[in-house]
Amino acid sequence: MTERISNSQLFQLVMANVKELIREPGVLFWGIVFPILMSLGLGVAFTKKKDVVTSIAVIGQNHVMYQASDTASALLSFFLVNKAKFGHDKNGIITRKLRVPDDKLGATTFIFQSLSWKEAMVMLKRGNLNMVLDEKNGVVQYHFDPMNPDAQLTYLKLSKMLSSDGNVIRESNTEIHPLMVTGSRYIDFLVPGLIAMGVMMSCMWGVSYAIIERRSKKLLRRMVATPMKRSNFLVALIAVRIIMNFIEAGLLFLFAWLAFNITIQGNVAALFALFIAGNFAFAGISIFISSHTAKTEIGNGLINALSMPMMVLSGVFFSYHNFPEWSISTIQKFPLTMMADGMRSIMIEGAGFSEVMLPILILSATGFIFFISGMKIFRWH
Amino acid sequence: MSIIPVIEVRNVHKSFKTVQAVRGIDLTISSGQFVAILGPNGAGKTTLVEMIEGIQQPDLGDIFIMGKTWKGNEKHLRNLIGLSLQETHFIDKLNVWETLRLFASFFSLGKARCEEVINLIALGEKRKSWVVNLSGGQRQRLALGIALLNNPKILLLDEPTTGLDPNARREVWAILLKLKEQSDTSLILTTHYMEEAEQLCDYIVIIDHGKILKQGTISGLLGEIRDLPVKPVETRTITLDDLFISLTGRHLND
Ligand SMILES: Nc1ncnc2c1ncn2[C@@H]1O[C@H](COP(=O)(O)OP(=O)(O)O)[C@@H](O)[C@H]1O
Ligand SMILES: [Mg+2]
Repeated sequence: MTERISNSQLFQLVMANVKELIREPGVLFWGIVFPILMSLGLGVAFTKKKDVVTSIAVIGQNHVMYQASDTASALLSFFLVNKAKFGHDKNGIITRKLRVPDDKLGATTFIFQSLSWKEAMVMLKRGNLNMVLDEKNGVVQYHFDPMNPDAQLTYLKLSKMLSSDGNVIRESNTEIHPLMVTGSRYIDFLVPGLIAMGVMMSCMWGVSYAIIERRSKKLLRRMVATPMKRSNFLVALIAVRIIMNFIEAGLLFLFAWLAFNITIQGNVAALFALFIAGNFAFAGISIFISSHTAKTEIGNGLINALSMPMMVLSGVFFSYHNFPEWSISTIQKFPLTMMADGMRSIMIEGAGFSEVMLPILILSATGFIFFISGMKIFRWH
Repeated sequence: MSIIPVIEVRNVHKSFKTVQAVRGIDLTISSGQFVAILGPNGAGKTTLVEMIEGIQQPDLGDIFIMGKTWKGNEKHLRNLIGLSLQETHFIDKLNVWETLRLFASFFSLGKARCEEVINLIALGEKRKSWVVNLSGGQRQRLALGIALLNNPKILLLDEPTTGLDPNARREVWAILLKLKEQSDTSLILTTHYMEEAEQLCDYIVIIDHGKILKQGTISGLLGEIRDLPVKPVETRTITLDDLFISLTGRHLND
């Protein structure tokens, strides 16, 4: 029985592909180490800011900085509840310091300084201040440059800690929640994109290039000059790739989970289905582009011409909403965009089957159509 | 009752865009016969054997293998034929044994046959070596071993020793001579080494520019030289090269 399996064409073809793959040192690097390094590098650079210090001016209200005060000040009660440390800086300005720890992302330290409006404006112009706070009748007012991302971030963090309408809910607000919630970080955006890109690259090089290279070496022609079933050849090549892609994606996710605590908010089965559909799409496209040429340079060019624009435009590294409005609906039709967006919606936004059914169908159909057309013009010799 | 020839080629033509590679060739090969297709580079040898192998289709003419055409009989004929293409590369990072196992599986053959073949081609010691690390001679022997896996009735080898040093070449010849002794396999081999043709084959077909110039047994062909105007130098044995020169004014290896 085992003898019969090990003698079968399909088994031998699969094993040949597996061996060729794992004996290629580049595979381990580009498929596994590189995406992890990329997520680590970009993730740390854009996500994990160690001990960010944010300076905030509190206008003309020395009394709210002190402990002993009977004013109904939202800010003061906020300081008290969160045990913001009272003190003076080296210029004698009264300060309150609040450190919000986050073991994954690094702490944020807010330094509230009691300043006059004029002093605050000077510091703001010098870039030493992120935001100005003012309190009128228990309502906290935020003053900041809406175009400045640091100020925006400070606002987001603060306004979440203080209540939304500026009033502190005194009793219940006794603990601090990390404000850079999982899901809103760059790493959460990046990992699904990297996984989708990995599938695309792996199919293009692992299927397309492998076929073209075998054709150019006349190995394809040699193989079909035996009773080998052609479908077995292709099935083995694609199946081994999909399995490999699965392992690569799993390892990247595992790493991102351990290092950055990323999670899957939505339906795991839907994520799985979308992943397989994406693999089908790119495998089909890969068969199509490798269907004719025997020149590896042409293969190289075709693969780059297809994958590079998608890598840049499909929002793997940054949101494609930065591109002009008119281009976005086109970008959204790229298979890489569909796969990355779908994976993000499941992993970050908690989507399920109903939300990603359309991309799953479109990606599968794309794979099917390209595969069939590729087979029609496929040159075995 | 007449015996069906193993291979019959009738008035076959094949052109590429600007080149007429094969221009009307007829050829009949019977069981157990070893035939050399001898000709310089570009003569049309590869094109001819690939048409016999069913890899290329002739523009005109017919080819019968055991009395059957390729059309409609591909599955059956593939099991009867063993071949090695000019300059095939196998998978670099598979070893000799794995490569044999892979190709054996295409013929539904298992370990036992691979074991026989690896001994036949004397690569037992290289069984674990990656193909990429084999010498030219070892690679050619592997290609020959793969061609022999299915005990083919017809063996077609396209320049099996081109680029090999004399020792490596003789090792390939030894395998083929053994095969000739022990089986009724028919062989078609292309070469531009007349020595190879002389050593291995009983029938020789000299082609140039896509046409047969001469064909016959070695003794028959060498006998013809005596009647030709250009006579070889006395001190040397007469060779097929002399015949080729007298026919075309060129050396075979040019
Ligand atoms: N696929 C092809 N496309 C164009 N020309 C070809 C092709 N194959 C062979 N030829 C041409 O046909 C002629 C015969 O080639 P070939 O059969 O390879 O000769 P040989 O094997 O004797 O060296 C040569 O001129 C060669 O350039
Ligand atoms: Mg040739």
